[in-house]
Amino acid sequence: MTAAVSIEGVSQRYGAALALDDVSLEIAAGEFVVLLGPSGCGKTTLLNIIGGFAEASVGRVLIGGRDMAGVGPKDRPTTTVFQDYALFPHMTLAQNVGFGLRMRGVSADVRASRAAEMLALVGLEGRGGRRPHELSGGQRQRVALARALAVEPDVLLLDEPLGALDLKLRRAMQDELKAIQRRVGTTFVHVTHDQEEAMAIADRIVVMNAGRIEDLGPPRQVYLSPRSLFSAGFMGEINKMPLDGSFGPLDVAGPGVLCIRPEAFGDQGLSLGMARVADVAFFGSYVRVHVVPVAAPDLRLVVHLPQGVQPEVGAEMDLKATSWVVLKT
Amino acid sequence: MTQAATERRVGWGLVAPALIWTVAFFVVPFAAMLALSFARMEGRAVVAAFDLGNYVRFFTEWPLFKALLNSLEITAVVTVVSVALAYPLAAIIAFRVPVRWQRLALLLAVLPFWTSYVVRSYSWLLVLGQNGVLNKTLLGVGLIAEPLEIAATRTATVIGFVHFFVMLLTLTIYANLVQLSPNYARAARDLGAGPVQVFRFVILPLTLPGVVTGAFVTFVLCMGDYITPQILGGNNELTLPQLIMLQLGRSGNFPLASALSVILMAVITLAYVLSARWLRLDRV
Amino acid sequence: MKRLVWVYLCAAYAFIFLPVIVLVVFSFQDGRLPVPPFQGVSLQWYAKVLGDRDLMAALFNSALMAAVSSAVALTLGFLAAHGLARSVLPGSVWLRGLLIAPMTVSYLIIALGLLTVFNQTGVRLSLWTAGVGHVVINLPLCFAICYAAMGDHQKAAERAARDLGASEVQVLWLVSAPMLAPALLAAFFLSVTFSWDEFIIAFLLTRFEVTLPVEIWSMLRSGLSPATNAVGSLVFLVSVVAVVLAEVFVFRRRA
Repeated sequence: MTAAVSIEGVSQRYGAALALDDVSLEIAAGEFVVLLGPSGCGKTTLLNIIGGFAEASVGRVLIGGRDMAGVGPKDRPTTTVFQDYALFPHMTLAQNVGFGLRMRGVSADVRASRAAEMLALVGLEGRGGRRPHELSGGQRQRVALARALAVEPDVLLLDEPLGALDLKLRRAMQDELKAIQRRVGTTFVHVTHDQEEAMAIADRIVVMNAGRIEDLGPPRQVYLSPRSLFSAGFMGEINKMPLDGSFGPLDVAGPGVLCIRPEAFGDQGLSLGMARVADVAFFGSYVRVHVVPVAAPDLRLVVHLPQGVQPEVGAEMDLKATSWVVLKT
Repeated sequence: MTQAATERRVGWGLVAPALIWTVAFFVVPFAAMLALSFARMEGRAVVAAFDLGNYVRFFTEWPLFKALLNSLEITAVVTVVSVALAYPLAAIIAFRVPVRWQRLALLLAVLPFWTSYVVRSYSWLLVLGQNGVLNKTLLGVGLIAEPLEIAATRTATVIGFVHFFVMLLTLTIYANLVQLSPNYARAARDLGAGPVQVFRFVILPLTLPGVVTGAFVTFVLCMGDYITPQILGGNNELTLPQLIMLQLGRSGNFPLASALSVILMAVITLAYVLSARWLRLDRV
Repeated sequence: MKRLVWVYLCAAYAFIFLPVIVLVVFSFQDGRLPVPPFQGVSLQWYAKVLGDRDLMAALFNSALMAAVSSAVALTLGFLAAHGLARSVLPGSVWLRGLLIAPMTVSYLIIALGLLTVFNQTGVRLSLWTAGVGHVVINLPLCFAICYAAMGDHQKAAERAARDLGASEVQVLWLVSAPMLAPALLAAFFLSVTFSWDEFIIAFLLTRFEVTLPVEIWSMLRSGLSPATNAVGSLVFLVSVVAVVLAEVFVFRRRA
């Protein structure tokens, strides 16, 4: 099943500190939303509030149009995949996956077949009789996913589920998560601090910082047209050049920051004047070049050039950018 | 000498003192006792022999065998009651008492541990005796007309034991409960389990190995205790340790005492073998 | 549900504290028997106890034996743990099992075994013979605690010390022992606690010089008396104060 989630003006206090500050968010049914941000930004707190493990001090949460005030995790149409999986060590995989169904009074035969179905969905067909300690980290993660999906929740919450896996496995799991979400159509709300992961799987990314939403939108939009300096810096490496008034063809009212991604530099587009090459390093898929603009010698810009280009240190190059954003501080 | 050989020498040198002590003062005495159990008493002298006379006596003389049964029955009751009372107490301290006060609550629950064991049993005599606090109170309030005869009976022994083991088990079960990751309960709740179901399907099975270990320790300590039954139980139904001590007293029948001790050890070892299956910790 | 929880908690604590409260209250009994009715507050029994020569001697014996036997047990246990942790010895699993075995045997049986051997070899019973028994019961505990506390961190430091030229004795004294100090202290205090209150071994293996629990036992033989209450209360008070002090020091160190 699937449902939309509405977060309206939610704030959360922990003593004197404000973990969430007036957060509002609309998530459409069937959407894969990623809450992205550094530690302490409030993303896990927000997830817990949606799941019913914490109660918001101010504001409300609606799932499928129903107000969730006072409703515990047991009775919400949500299930959670925890960071440490929390698989029941004393039960078999099939018993783990069927647990939620058992709580709903589903008969043993139906539970068994449904558990087998879900295990097959996550690629662990026929292993229902095994125990969690016999599996690898990646396999346990899949069982946790199967267990959470077995009860057909409207919303699936994922709390940094890929954090414990190594890089290669993480990339593979990201693709699988996306594929599974497309198949079941449930609304997924996924928490992570890894911006590459967010871009790989999200329909929309919600960038959070210090309890607030800094930016919101599909990966392409958040990466190429960030709405705040924090979001711009968090989504990837970016060059920030302070402006006052105008800069070439650009006309900005008042002070601002010109932000350009390292890979946006090339031989076409907005001309930024000449720059001297200070440092060159081969990074495999690109060449990283540090340049110092002739017009602004106290700046040091990072430029990513294609693999084949090999500028010499000390040489001058004509800086041009194909895309940029001007943000207020 | 090679590096490895030197290492081993040093290692043996370090372990030797403890090893020698254990062999000299534990293994040898036990072997001596075992050997003595096959000896005989003639008058006041011990005759070295090799016969099973003492063991035969144990199985054929009812008062001797009954002592083992008494011990087993008392220990069984004590174990069951103590676990049944301690588990809820430990659970309440672990889950209901605010975290800040848990340490204090636990400390209070085991404070009487610090009265000497002998004194603790003696205190129960003051409570349960004919003129004791319990009887005087019940008589005074008018609930009973005649004082209850609890002291010098099996009931008093059981109460005395339960008092001790409830404290011990509360400590061990609490330690077990707190070690449990809160995420298991969270996951269960998340999947729709109510509090009773969370306990039944998640907490209880995962803490069972710890409870079984505690129950086993209770069994061993209770079977081998002389003090509590001697102070509280009277002389009508002797337990095995009391019987052993009796042999050492007036009659000085060391061979029989040794045989009875061997039997006590055998029973405890048997219990260990039977419960070993559950004593192995569940791998997580 | 919340009510039930509170009721159970109160009932449990009441049951647990009942004998101790009775013990302490009637130690102040102004009368001959430590049973109701309570006839008024008097310190006579405490005075009697503190003036009792035998009791004070027994107290001293208990303290001495606890300290000495625990020190011996700790030394033997620490050395053995160190030896097994650093060198790969053949059959180390069996060695460990043997060293821990006494923990699983009833004290009565250990006492009886030692009594048998001492009788057969003609050794006189005294505090020393009881002390031997106490080392037997505490050695496994000290060994287990020390062995469990030995980790890679401390092994690495020992290797560095040896590399810099330290002899085995110096490594033990200057590196291993200080690094394992918390575990050593815990093992020592635990052993002292067990030895201090231990009855059956002390009862069977001493004759003229006795320990406190044995002395209290003989007091019991002569019937109920508030003097016994007084002794018990004093022991309790001292133990509680010791635990509180330990808690305070541990807390201070942690903070």
